[in-house]
Amino acid sequence: MKDLVEFIGKSLAENPDEIRVETTDKGYETVYSLYVAPEDMGRLIGKGGRIAKAIRTVVKASAIKSGVRVHVEIDEAN
Amino acid sequence: MKSIEVVARSVDEAIAEALQELNADRDDVQIEILDEGNKGFLGILGSKQAKVRVELIEKPEANKLEAALEFTRELLSKMGISAEVQGEEDSESIKLQIDGDDLGILIGRRGQTLDSLQYIVSLAVNRQTEGEWNRIQIDVGDYRVRREESLRSLASRAASKVEKNGRRLALDAMNAAERRIIHQALQDFPGVETRSEGQDPYRRVVILPS
Repeated sequence: MKDLVEFIGKSLAENPDEIRVETTDKGYETVYSLYVAPEDMGRLIGKGGRIAKAIRTVVKASAIKSGVRVHVEIDEAN
Repeated sequence: MKSIEVVARSVDEAIAEALQELNADRDDVQIEILDEGNKGFLGILGSKQAKVRVELIEKPEANKLEAALEFTRELLSKMGISAEVQGEEDSESIKLQIDGDDLGILIGRRGQTLDSLQYIVSLAVNRQTEGEWNRIQIDVGDYRVRREESLRSLASRAASKVEKNGRRLALDAMNAAERRIIHQALQDFPGVETRSEGQDPYRRVVILPS
């Protein structure tokens, strides 16, 4: 699943090398934090959050397939 | 592959002429100088014309279909879904067809997952390849075909109702592609007209008596 989030992140970013994914297991769900270069925030979030929403929808579909609960967060890398 | 040979007074002139004829930029072609030519004495004595062969390089957008197929296959495999992906392209769009067993998960509620998948593939492929923006449409099984049929029949049932009782009727909220199907289905329907109202994602088609 981490692989999937990273793959989508890198494919949409102008700076794929700066894409990093961290996983936090919260018990009831797993949170994937997708860190992107500040200048790529717009490319990963989109107008009105449209791209972020599409990323979450696709990752969630894959999670249903694997029978797990996931959440994707997108944030600026420091 | 399209290539032409041009003869002119100098290499530069020959290239310029060839580019004009091919309607191409310097970056789009490969140039082979067949004969450097020779200005000769005073441009007359012993002068020899320059000759070049200019060949159009296949542009990157020609590989967009390949890129789209490769990206979609990898995305699906990373999603843990085994499916076949095939594609075709025409001048303005690329169509991908996904087939396999149990692909309901890829469609999602009212096609939401499929729309998201299509959006991501379209952004990624257009970002990674040069050239014009290409519309990429993805279907899973015959979902879009059947959805279009059911939207058309919904549209004509609703339009008949409006035409009969003369009262406007608002349909459910739909995305832009689905609204377009409704507008197109009713553009020649007698006695009614359509318009879209509201803001996405709640934007909907309204059918009015005309």
